[in-house]
Amino acid sequence: MDFEEHAAKPLLEAAGIAVPRGLPARSPGEAESHAAAIGGPVMVKAQAPAGKRGKAGGIRAAGDPAAAREAAEAILGMDVAGHRVESVLVEEQAAIAAEYYAAVLNDAASKGPLVMFSSEGGMDVEEVAASMPDRLRRAPVDIARGLDLASARAMLDGLDLGAGEASAAEAAAAETAVADTLVALYRAYRDNDADLLEVNPLARLEDGRLMALDCKYTLDDSSVKRREALAKSGSPERLTGLEARGQALGLKYIELDGDVGVLANGAGLTMTTMDVITHHGGRPANFLEIGGEAYTKAKPALELVLDNPGVKCLVVNFCGAFARTDVMTGGVLDAWEALAPSIPAFFSVHGTGSAEARTMLRERLGVTPYETMDEAIAAAVAAAREAGEAGKPGRADGRETGAATGREPDGKADGAAGRKAGRETDEAAEREAGRKTDATPEREAGGEAGGKAGGAS
Amino acid sequence: MIVRGGQRVLVQGITGKQGTFWTGRMQEYGTRIVAGVNPKKAGAVHCGVPVYASARDAMRETGFDVSVLFIPPLGVKAAALDAIEAGCRRLVVLTEHVPVQDVMEVLAAARVNGAAVAGPNTAGLVTPGECFVGFMPAFERGIFRPGSVGVVSRSGSLGTLICLNLVQAGFGESAFVGIGGDPILGTTTCDAVRSLDADERTDAIVVVGEIGGTMEEEAAEYMQDMRKPAVAFIAGGASPPGKKMGHAGAIVMGDKGTCASKRKALEAAGVEVLDTPSDVGRALGAALGRG
Repeated sequence: MDFEEHAAKPLLEAAGIAVPRGLPARSPGEAESHAAAIGGPVMVKAQAPAGKRGKAGGIRAAGDPAAAREAAEAILGMDVAGHRVESVLVEEQAAIAAEYYAAVLNDAASKGPLVMFSSEGGMDVEEVAASMPDRLRRAPVDIARGLDLASARAMLDGLDLGAGEASAAEAAAAETAVADTLVALYRAYRDNDADLLEVNPLARLEDGRLMALDCKYTLDDSSVKRREALAKSGSPERLTGLEARGQALGLKYIELDGDVGVLANGAGLTMTTMDVITHHGGRPANFLEIGGEAYTKAKPALELVLDNPGVKCLVVNFCGAFARTDVMTGGVLDAWEALAPSIPAFFSVHGTGSAEARTMLRERLGVTPYETMDEAIAAAVAAAREAGEAGKPGRADGRETGAATGREPDGKADGAAGRKAGRETDEAAEREAGRKTDATPEREAGGEAGGKAGGAS
Repeated sequence: MIVRGGQRVLVQGITGKQGTFWTGRMQEYGTRIVAGVNPKKAGAVHCGVPVYASARDAMRETGFDVSVLFIPPLGVKAAALDAIEAGCRRLVVLTEHVPVQDVMEVLAAARVNGAAVAGPNTAGLVTPGECFVGFMPAFERGIFRPGSVGVVSRSGSLGTLICLNLVQAGFGESAFVGIGGDPILGTTTCDAVRSLDADERTDAIVVVGEIGGTMEEEAAEYMQDMRKPAVAFIAGGASPPGKKMGHAGAIVMGDKGTCASKRKALEAAGVEVLDTPSDVGRALGAALGRG
C-alpha cells in the first residue's frame, strides 16, 4: 500500500528525522491560508501516491500566500501518473546546501533489508545507478542485528558529501549526521513494516542540519492486518467498480479489456489461463483468482466475472490442490443457476475433488469438462470471436436461459435435456441476435468424441 | 529441497481445520507424520499422533526431520523460529500473506542454523508414490506418478496442471518442489533446480515460473552448464504491468520481472520455453531425445 508524502513524513518525524513544517490543503484558499500560517516562501506540492510529480509540474515554489494560492490552483486536479491530484502539501522552503538519496527496502536477492545511499539526491536513483554508480552505495543488513552506526558510517566511506571546502571537522560532522539519519531511517522501516521507505532528497541545509524534503513509503501488503491504524492514512488502490466489489469480497479481481471471462484457482493457473487465451488469439476479460481460502467463494466470484458487460464467454479452469474443485464447482453451479447467463461456458477441471466436480457438472449442467485446458480455451476463444462478430451483447438481462456448457456429455446426463429445452425457449431471441449457439454442445460432441475416448480419465 | 518417504514429519498447527484435513491426506499417502504442535492442546493425541506445546518439545520427545506449518500469517514467525531453534533442518511454510519482514527474520535464523525453508506461500513438496508435505493432490494418480522428471514451481495450481500434462504424456515425476509465490522465498528457483540436478532419480527438469523478480534469470545462469535436459513455462505474459497478479511476488515493474526477460534468459541457456503448459510432454520428449 502506497502512502502520499504528507502521510509518510510523520513516520520519519517519529523516528527523529527532521521534515519541513507543512500542512496539507484541498483547495487554493486553504493553501493560501496555510502559506500565511507558515510564513515566508513555501513549496506547494501535488500529493499523489506514485509518479514523478516534479516532471509533471506538480511541485511549485511560492514566495507569498497569494502565489501559493495560484500554485494550488494550477496543481489541484492535475493528473500525475493517472492519479488525479486532490490535495497539495504546503511546506516551508528549506535553504539547501546539498541533496542526498537514502532508502531502505525489502530485497529479494539478499532476502533481507537493503540500505541504499547516494551523495547525489533529487534525481532518479536509477539514473544515478546508471550514470554515477560510484556515488550509490548499497548495503544488505542482517535483520537479526539491525543497522548500527558503524555499519552506516562504513557505507559512506569515500563518498563526497558535498561539505566541499569545509574543515575536516565539518566533513566528519556531516558524515555523522548522515549515518545517524540512516540508522533512524532503518528504524522507521522496521517499525512500520515498510516494503520501501525512501527519502529523496535528503537535504543538508545551510545550517548543517539534515532534513527529509520528500518521502515515499510503501507498507507491505501482508502487514496491513497488523498496522490497521497506520493503513488508514495510506492511499487506497484505484479500483474499478467490479474490482472494488472483488476487494470487499476478499477476492483479487482485475478488470481487463477482453471478452473471455476467466475463473480459475490459484494465481499461477489464473495467469496461465490468461496467457493461453492470448496464445489462442483471444483476449481475457479479467484476472480472478479464487485460490487459498477464497476457493469457497466461487459463487460471488463467478457473479463478478459475469457482471463485466464485455464478457462474451467463460472459461472455468480448475486444477485443485488446496482448493477443492468440488467445492468450487458447486459454487459455480450455484451462481450459474441463480444468474442463468446466456453466454457459453467452457470447463477444464482436474485435481483435488475433480471426480465429484465432474459428476456435479454432468448432473446439474449436463456437461462434461474438456480433457485439457487448451481444448477448453480454444473453444472459448472461438465462441468469443463468433459472439463478437455477431455483435451480440455479452450477457442478457438474466432471463435468458443458459446456453451454457463445455462439451456435451455422452447423452446420458439427465440435466442436458432440460437445459437444451430451456435454451430453445429463447431460440427466437438468439436467432434475432444473429447467433446460433455454436459453442454449445451439439457440434463439439461429434468432433471431439474421439478425443474423449483417448483421454486420460 | 526434496522430501523422501523415510523422513519424519512434524505438523505445526495440526489441530486446525486445514491441518487436520491435510494431515489425514498425508498419512493416507504414506507420509511419516510423527507429531503435531498446538500450544493449547499439548498432551492430546490428534490424527493418531501426539500433540506437543512446541516444536522443541516434539524434537525432544519424538524427533523429526521436516516441519510443515499450517499456521496463520501472523503466527508463522514464532512457529518457524521455534522449529529452527528446535534443530529442524527442513521447514515447509504453506501460509500466504506472511509479513515480509517476518519472512526475512525467519530466513536469517534458518541461515544461521543451517535449516532449509520452502515457501512461504508454497503448496508443498511431493515425491510420488512415497510421500507429500503440504496440500498437493499427490493422491490423484492422473497427476502424480513415480517417474524421473523433477518439477519446480512457484505456483501450486499451475504446478499441478504441469504434472497432469506430464502424466498424460506418459511421464512421471521424481519430485515436485513447490517454492512458493512470495517475493522473498527460502528456496529459490535456482536452489530447487540445483537439488533436482543433484538428485539421482531425476533425469529431466521442468521449471514453472511466473512474472516478477529475477529468480528464473538466476536459474537460467546455472542451467547454462547443467547436463540434465530442461524445459520451462513462465506464467504471466498476458498480465498488465504494475499489478500484483494474486501472488505477492508476481508483478512487473518497469522492464524488471517480465515474461520476455525470463524467456530470453532461459532460451539463451538452451531451455525451451513453452507457449502453453499442454506442450510440456512434447517439449520434454524432444529435450530428452537431444540429451
